[in-house]
Amino acid sequence: MHYMILIYGNEKGFATLAADPAAQRAIYAAYNEYGSAMRTAGVLRGGAELKPTHSATTVRVQNGKTLTTDGPFAETREQLGGYYLIDVPDLDQAVQWAARCPAAQGGSIEIRPLGAAAAA
Amino acid sequence: MLAGLIRRFRDFDLAEDALQDAFTRALEHWPAEGLPRAPAAWLTAVAQRRALDLLRRRRTGPLYTEAPPDMAAPEDTESEPDAADLSGVADDRLRLLFTCCHPAIGQAAQMALALRTLCGLSTREIARAFLEPEATTAQRLVRVKKKIADAGIPYEVPAREALPERLGTVLGVVYLVFNEGYATTEHDGFLRPDLSAEAIRLARLVAELIPGEPEALGLLALMLLHDARREARVGTDGALIPLEEQDRARWHAGAIAEGLRVLDAALAMRRRGPYQLQAAIAALHAQAARAGDTDWAQIAALYRGLLCEQPGAVVELNAAVACAMAEGPERGLAWIDRLAGRDVLTGYHLLPAARADLLRRLGRRSEAAEAYAAALDLVRSRAERLYLERRLAECKGSHDEASRAAER
Repeated sequence: MHYMILIYGNEKGFATLAADPAAQRAIYAAYNEYGSAMRTAGVLRGGAELKPTHSATTVRVQNGKTLTTDGPFAETREQLGGYYLIDVPDLDQAVQWAARCPAAQGGSIEIRPLGAAAAA
Repeated sequence: MLAGLIRRFRDFDLAEDALQDAFTRALEHWPAEGLPRAPAAWLTAVAQRRALDLLRRRRTGPLYTEAPPDMAAPEDTESEPDAADLSGVADDRLRLLFTCCHPAIGQAAQMALALRTLCGLSTREIARAFLEPEATTAQRLVRVKKKIADAGIPYEVPAREALPERLGTVLGVVYLVFNEGYATTEHDGFLRPDLSAEAIRLARLVAELIPGEPEALGLLALMLLHDARREARVGTDGALIPLEEQDRARWHAGAIAEGLRVLDAALAMRRRGPYQLQAAIAALHAQAARAGDTDWAQIAALYRGLLCEQPGAVVELNAAVACAMAEGPERGLAWIDRLAGRDVLTGYHLLPAARADLLRRLGRRSEAAEAYAAALDLVRSRAERLYLERRLAECKGSHDEASRAAER
């Protein structure tokens, strides 16, 4: 089964890290290690870091008109900051991979199975 | 049977429907043709065929444009059913138990699903047991089955390294079911399925399926020892009778004997845990012929041990009460007041109730009355309210007498 591993965390906290290059290097190293563990296990199908929510644009179409607004769909205490797409047999293994994600320490990881409909 | 069908077809509803149809077929055939050689195997075989049939129909239905994955029909089911088909039943039930008690499922749904699939309770019975509308239970069951299918929750016994944690969840669900039954015995329980008995059945199943786990035995012993006191806990007026006033002749000797045996077997494995400690406390109460014979020093020591293993305010409150009984009410009262000062148990009626009890023992009646009144503001169950009201009346009565005496 395909699962999305959605990484939620406080992006303000992450931004303050930018001021501390050593801590930032450590975090990226942890993510690199995590990504290569998933690649070695043959479960990784994709993934990326997302830019902070200040870069978000929300789009709705009303009466045929496209309305765009600045900012994310919903203001939340923790923000979606990145994702991985993995292919594993069941939820237990998805949970194991999610628990190994560096963001699981302090942040939250949401696991969502992919539905049947997929883009070509 | 149901567990095997669920494992095979990975679909709770399909398995239930197929088994239901098999029972209907049995009612049609067995009276006329006589009982088959192996009735359970006959039912399983018929249910499997029925399930495959239902699946094929679904596949050609408009909703399914592609075959559901992993549902390839093994063709050997057409062969003559025999008893060998039933081997591995225990494994199926164990898998199902871990699926029902998966940590990704909410607690209420875990309990409902376990009662439905492992205890065989109907949706209506479960609704009655939890005092909720049948539609709520039905919806809960529909949602949880959908979650299991959609989220890919496996039908598997967890890997060895995950087993202790997952077993902990399973035992937690079983204990919740028990407490649900135990706490509500005073409710006019006619037609209400006996959740405590169901929980004990489940615990027996767990202990049987996963031998060598002392905590599984510890939980079984704990529930047996508590359940043994059930009839003595509530008076004819519906009021709770505290442990020290219970008629010990009404305790169920058979359940106590079994509980003690099971606890001994658990302790012999020499890996202690919270359920074994709680069972050991219940065992000490059970072994005291009179309330005055209770070995409170030992109980207080066990509560301190439990507090180390499972820190928490409720355990600490119990430890404080045991300390009061072992070392005198003042020491217990001081501990309870420290606990109250930390604001961790606000809203919990047993905190003021325990304080009231100790104040009463110390003869500080007006303070006791105040604490009983505070407990009454928070209590929800009828049996406990009746008990607290009785105590409050006693304290007020003797307080009034005392003040009248002083005026004279």
